[in-house]
Amino acid sequence: MFPASCDYHRAASVDEAIRLLGEHPEAKLLAGGHSLIPMMKLRLAQPAALVDIGRVSELKGITAGDGKVRIGALTTHAELASSDVLCKHCPIVGEAAARIGDPQVRNKGTIGGNIAHADPASDLPAVLVAVGATIHLKGGGGERQVAARQFFTGLLTTAMAAGELLVAVELPALPAGTGTAYLKVEHPASGYAVCGSAAVVTMNGGKVASASLAFNGVTETPHLASAVGEALAGGDGSDDAIAKAVGEQLSIAEPMGDLHASGEYRVHLAATYGRRALCLARDRAQL
Amino acid sequence: MAGVMGSSIRRREDPALVTGRGKYTDDLTAPGLTHAAIVRSPHAHARVRGIDTAAAAAAPGVVAVLTAADVAEMGIGGVVPVGWLLPGMKTPAHPILASETVRYVGDAVAVVVAESRYQAQDAAELVAVDYEPLPASTDAAGTAADGAPQIHSEAPGNVAFEWQLGDAEKTEAAFAAAAHTVELELRNNRMLPFAVEPRACLAEYDARQGLTLHMTSQNPHLHRLLMTLASLNLPEHKIRVVAPEVGGGFGSKIHHYPDEAITALCAMKVGRPVKWTSTRTEASLTDAHGRDHVTVAELAVDGDGRVTGLRARTHAAMGAYLSTFAPAVPTYLHGTLLSGQYDIPAIWVGVVGTFTNTAPVDAVRGAGRPEATFVVERLMDLGAAAAGLDPAEFRRRNFVPADAFPYQTQVALAYDSGNYEPALDKALEKAGYQELRAEQARRRAEGGKLLGIGLSSYIEACGIAPSAVVGSLGAQAGLWESATVRVHPTGTATVYTGSSAHGQGHETTFAQIVADRLGCDVEAVDVVHGDTREVPFGMGTYGSRSAAVGGSAIVKSLEKILAKATQIAAHLLEASADDVEFADGEFRVRGTPGRSEPWGSVVLQAYLAHNLPEGMEPGLEATSFYDPANFTYPFGTHVAVVEVDPETGEVELTRYVAVDDCGNQINPMIVEGQVHGGIAYGVGQALWEDATYDASGQLVAATLMDYALPRAHKLPSFELDHTVTPCPHNPLGVKGIGEAGTIAAPPAVVNAVCDAVGVRHIDMPLTPERVWRAMRSKEGS
Repeated sequence: MFPASCDYHRAASVDEAIRLLGEHPEAKLLAGGHSLIPMMKLRLAQPAALVDIGRVSELKGITAGDGKVRIGALTTHAELASSDVLCKHCPIVGEAAARIGDPQVRNKGTIGGNIAHADPASDLPAVLVAVGATIHLKGGGGERQVAARQFFTGLLTTAMAAGELLVAVELPALPAGTGTAYLKVEHPASGYAVCGSAAVVTMNGGKVASASLAFNGVTETPHLASAVGEALAGGDGSDDAIAKAVGEQLSIAEPMGDLHASGEYRVHLAATYGRRALCLARDRAQL
Repeated sequence: MAGVMGSSIRRREDPALVTGRGKYTDDLTAPGLTHAAIVRSPHAHARVRGIDTAAAAAAPGVVAVLTAADVAEMGIGGVVPVGWLLPGMKTPAHPILASETVRYVGDAVAVVVAESRYQAQDAAELVAVDYEPLPASTDAAGTAADGAPQIHSEAPGNVAFEWQLGDAEKTEAAFAAAAHTVELELRNNRMLPFAVEPRACLAEYDARQGLTLHMTSQNPHLHRLLMTLASLNLPEHKIRVVAPEVGGGFGSKIHHYPDEAITALCAMKVGRPVKWTSTRTEASLTDAHGRDHVTVAELAVDGDGRVTGLRARTHAAMGAYLSTFAPAVPTYLHGTLLSGQYDIPAIWVGVVGTFTNTAPVDAVRGAGRPEATFVVERLMDLGAAAAGLDPAEFRRRNFVPADAFPYQTQVALAYDSGNYEPALDKALEKAGYQELRAEQARRRAEGGKLLGIGLSSYIEACGIAPSAVVGSLGAQAGLWESATVRVHPTGTATVYTGSSAHGQGHETTFAQIVADRLGCDVEAVDVVHGDTREVPFGMGTYGSRSAAVGGSAIVKSLEKILAKATQIAAHLLEASADDVEFADGEFRVRGTPGRSEPWGSVVLQAYLAHNLPEGMEPGLEATSFYDPANFTYPFGTHVAVVEVDPETGEVELTRYVAVDDCGNQINPMIVEGQVHGGIAYGVGQALWEDATYDASGQLVAATLMDYALPRAHKLPSFELDHTVTPCPHNPLGVKGIGEAGTIAAPPAVVNAVCDAVGVRHIDMPLTPERVWRAMRSKEGS
């Protein structure tokens, strides 16, 4: 566990971080370090330089207003898991964050680093896709926003441009009558998702107003099962309706596989846990 | 001190260890220390066309770069030997640095010595090795098939040895006459040993003192001996091996690896101390692995549900080279255990040891006995089903009866003692077996998570012995143990034991043995181990031997000390030694109240020597070498209870009941700790651990991101109990407990899962996908 040597720069502000990234195009951003540092220790990553944003206080914290919740990029998983604001407006984020790694990882790892790294087995990406989050980026050319559903473009790759910094994640405050659930089958070694199922169901007058379902760990980018959500909308959201919608509408192409779980099995898990997550979200919507 | 035996006094080792003050090898330093990084093959099999060390040698901080050419130039043996020889076995040389061919990912080709560990690691990446990749062979059985890539020219067909035990004809006849026969093809999954502390060594050399090697060793004298005989050829008295705190071994620190010889070589070459510490990935790639058997096993059962025959054919992967004790593991530690707890009149076992392009396989916790127990206990479940009997009843019906001991098995071992039914009864009662079966039936009728109950009635053979017998079977070492007990003039004592602890708590339990016999306080006894300069030649700690063999050696020395002290006391009391007895810390003249000498004054007199019996030497210490008459035979029954998700195959171990019989217990808390660790180790093999190589010879799960060790939150609270059947042939009546859980747990868990989902067999580890596929294929059939 002896990383190769590299240069180290510490940024005190977002603007300084962007400037440092401009000056050192070969640099990697270091936030909580819980994806990057293990890779460096194994020398799988050997960045020439690091730009440490760990102390940029303007990137921390969770605020709510205007029907939205804004999460600073440096907010830790532990903070997500224990946030009253999130619990009130978008509880699935905390539910998923509580399943990441172990307490040490949750105390150091950040939401920004997590989604910028775009590990397909990570917990938060599918959650952000399911709730329809927006990612706020800032670079030399100013700020821009990308929908979470367009943000994850491939294995460990995102819509972020070179020199850009992920500054915040914006979530919609979920409407009354909404229930959410994140169910995870975890890898016994890494704790990452073999299949993570994120479900959001909004009920109105005994009918499903809207539903969405997304998965981690099954495909290289979070899989949004749009057709399942559409099939449920307007229906009664019964167990049978959910089973039917998942059974008929869930279609996942090119699943990932490894020694522990093949692609075929991951798709089976998605169907099973997708159904269970939707049922649980519906139950919670009606509480 | 009365009551000290059998008392759960706290481990004196722990305060330092749990507060981070334990000194492990990597914590040590020396003036002028340098650091070694070993360059290892990324290929499973390749010809080495050349090694260019120029760039590495020129890198910052580099002191030296050594290759096989330097080993040759130094004129030393440069090979690590195999310490157990079987008839006809092929023993290709295992060079400490490969020169022509690399045979597994991790095979060492060069070493860089530098001022810092970072510099060593950086420069190691600059060593340019020109490899010509060759096809690899990784499967334990497939490697012996026609057309498999050949690994050693000396071993055609990649066969290291073929070995058999038992009466083939009698077994054949038993199968021909059987009312029921069952056959099972299984794979005993390869495991990483995974000690928390990776292997390490610190070598210091000067011409007068010789070599001092602090290293992670379970048997410092054995390491010294093998370095003298094969790898370094330094005179034995010029090598000092010290094992400081050692953070677990599970077998992996028994063996002589190239790495400690390479580090020693570096120290001799550069004239400065050199330290090497394995990284976690290096540990995964190079620590000797465990298991990796492919077995076809059969059981013959008569119309009354009595087992009449057992037959097993096994291919056991040995890896790229034969490690220190590797040939003994699938043969004498596996084939001999195939009678289990059962009276089986005919048994035959054949084992083919094969070379594969993988890390060597050697003893890992249980070493052969888990593999044997897995075969026997899986067959017992299938046999019960064939005979239409409950698995508990089928086992009971076939136990060696309590009045049949000593019992000669059909596979060489003679069980000295045993009483199997009480352990089974206790386990069933503790588990609530009937209630569990009723709940299982209810769930099968009404739905929900599937419930499974698995039994494992295991036997193990601990304290491999006696030396003359193991020698006749191929061991190149004796398997006795040494102990010096030195009583100091003021009555306190120091024990020097050849059993080198690496987490077992010898310093506590061995002090308990002494305090019990000498009637002194436990705190008045210290235990020294793990240093070839301090302790007499000893065999080390493995195979659950320390209490039974090492503890008995201590007792033997204590008996000599008490005999001498009794003579001194008799002299002081002006009585005949035959009339003097020792109890409660004093020597008394039998039948004469008031005439006594306290322990302290007798000991002091031994050293004052002012008034000793005529001709007696002063001093009070004794050294003994204890060679046991037989193995010891711990046994027990474990019960695993699982719930299986019928849709996904996910397994949850919900309960685990273990009733073990390790004979007399010196410290029940330490016994319990060993049982806990052993069960976790075995459950890990059953459910999660898989050191699989892909076809190209890459270890698929080499890091903790991929290789799944058991985690506390995945395990239930273990429910433990015991029976006590003392070993009849050692003075403590102890048998050994360090491996019992590891031996018993895998079949208990697999039997439970197969019971839950109603299939014959699923190979370990029981990943959710494997269980799901087994359920699906059952539905399809």
